[in-house]
Amino acid sequence: MTEFLQQVLNGVSLGAIYALIALGYTMVYGVLRFINFAHSDVFMLGAFVGWAAVEKLHLPTRSFGGGLAALALAMVVCAVLGVVVEKLAYKPLRNRSTLTVLITAIGVSLLIQNVSQNPTIGFGPNPRAFPELFPARQIHLGGLTVSTNQIVVLAVTIVLLAVLYWIVHRTRIGTAMRALSFNATAASLVGINNDRIISFTFALGSALAGAGGVLYATNYPSIDPLMGTLPGLKAFVAAVLGGIGNLPGAALGGLLIGLVETFVSGTRLSTFRDAIAFAILIAILLFRPAGLLGKLKVEKV
Amino acid sequence: MNPSDSGPHSRRRFLTLAAVSAVLAGCREKEGDPAAQAIRIGLFGALSGSEAGLGQYTDMGATLALEEINAAGGVLGRRLELIREDNRTTAGESATAVKKLLSRDHVVAVIGDGNSGRCLEAGPLCQAAGVPMVSPAATNPKVTEIGDCVFRVCFTDPFQGAVMARFARESLGLSRVGLLVDASAPYSLGLASVFRERFAAEGGTVVSEQRFSGGDKDFRAQLTALKSAGIEAVFAPSYYHSGGLILRQARDLGFAGPMLGSDGWEAPELLEVAGRTAEGAYFPVHFSPENTDPLVVGFLDRFRRRFERPPTGVSALAFDTLQLVADAIRRAGSVDSPAIRTALAATREFQGITGRISMDSSRNARKPAVIIGVRDGAFRFLRVVDPGDPGRASS
Repeated sequence: MTEFLQQVLNGVSLGAIYALIALGYTMVYGVLRFINFAHSDVFMLGAFVGWAAVEKLHLPTRSFGGGLAALALAMVVCAVLGVVVEKLAYKPLRNRSTLTVLITAIGVSLLIQNVSQNPTIGFGPNPRAFPELFPARQIHLGGLTVSTNQIVVLAVTIVLLAVLYWIVHRTRIGTAMRALSFNATAASLVGINNDRIISFTFALGSALAGAGGVLYATNYPSIDPLMGTLPGLKAFVAAVLGGIGNLPGAALGGLLIGLVETFVSGTRLSTFRDAIAFAILIAILLFRPAGLLGKLKVEKV
Repeated sequence: MNPSDSGPHSRRRFLTLAAVSAVLAGCREKEGDPAAQAIRIGLFGALSGSEAGLGQYTDMGATLALEEINAAGGVLGRRLELIREDNRTTAGESATAVKKLLSRDHVVAVIGDGNSGRCLEAGPLCQAAGVPMVSPAATNPKVTEIGDCVFRVCFTDPFQGAVMARFARESLGLSRVGLLVDASAPYSLGLASVFRERFAAEGGTVVSEQRFSGGDKDFRAQLTALKSAGIEAVFAPSYYHSGGLILRQARDLGFAGPMLGSDGWEAPELLEVAGRTAEGAYFPVHFSPENTDPLVVGFLDRFRRRFERPPTGVSALAFDTLQLVADAIRRAGSVDSPAIRTALAATREFQGITGRISMDSSRNARKPAVIIGVRDGAFRFLRVVDPGDPGRASS
């Protein structure tokens, strides 16, 4: 039983990070109907901003204040990056086919990865150690061991999800986002500045990815320019699993993927972990093509 | 720099020319005036490129041995000459380098690269030419499987499994160990299977085995399962990038027992990633500069004086490699490659800087390993462990 609870805890803290990344995929899909493959690289850059906050700006390590400041900095830098990527790469293609934008997104992703891997203008290809942002302690609850880093991940994720929910459902700009996602033409007809809302969506999604990057690196303190690829892919699966375009779906999908991975890893089938995660995706798509919480829309042709 | 003595000679033509042009005569010559000529030994390595550090430290170790041998009067009354070829850390270049050494320079023996992949490339050429090749640090078992002309002075990957099994059982007194294995790395799988067998043979139990894939960053699920199985220690043969994260997460989960690893953990990055959680980690290496053995201390001192920097493990191995080749030539009493090969294969209890070396029937060095423990955020020399004869102890 203790082992089961410990694995649930491990799975939830991993899934929370997938959820943060998945939200960015799903939000961009909601407004632009394409998968922003560069999202996983924004996640990676978030981790590097967190690293730079300590190594270059000398923020204090092992303190909650310093850790939260690094987190906030990563979110701001990633938000700006997300907007810049959108303005430079995606906006000029606004009226082109989705496929064109999709291929461009893959190009942007490769560009960020390769620039980051360059030792002179980027970070270099070698993994580097991520500093201890938050004080790392273990709390023992019965047979359970909870690390403070796991608590930080869960707390930050819950706060960010709450803020996101508030923005999307309780503010004017959130209402505009939902309107845009519902019908872009109609939204612009009622006076919504679509370009501004799209930029805002990228900023919001990228900020979450940046936070995810820092939290991921706090838990797995070895960072490199290709670190985003696999978590990004898992988060994408999570977004599709939950129903792409659906915010609670992305969060639920992230948690599920995290839990499935953890439970598979703890058994003899551990090497089939990714295969099982993807098999679940295929099964969901077969039986619920819109995902767990998505609503199937019939497209008129 | 060796004098330019290029010229595409076939062996036959070369033999006829040898009498006329003594300068060009290779070491295999029985004719001419052998006493006047240096005995040529080739060295190919990554002297430039991404692994230039490996190649240069290899070269420094071999150079020190070369100078000391020649200062002491050489071998069989003749000077040794080291002919270096750079493979630029590039695939395909090692074959070219070795071809040059064999056909142009007619070396009697070759010192190989420290990298297994590049030795696998060059080894078959030496084998075909019947010239013995000795690698200082290629640990992959396949290297010496090339044929009876390929040797190594380091221990093999799986051998470390035996070392750690004995260390866990005898030095740490452990009886219940869990394995955490990288299922995508033959290195890790090989070590784990030897450890499992030897640890059981010495009376311990491998309670549980968990697997991961290379590049994984999350090991909490596997570690949680191991911890629940009631283990005293974890053996996780892996490279440092996984090792650091495994150490960190094991301690995060409240596991306080010893963490055993493999030589892939020997990197400063392990300490950077694991931080304080690296305390209580143990792994085997080929050589430790903290070893207080007078032989090691003397070597360190001479190396520092010659190159104004401390040697790395591969320097010590390369030093031993050339000393061993020289010793084999002495024992063979000849500079004939087949005779040197036979003498190398018969090496017993050769006292090197990295321990007493005996060649087993597969031409792998059987020698003790140095165990490193992490104390106060640094790699510390702990002890020397000789796992004995792997073939004998399991019976």
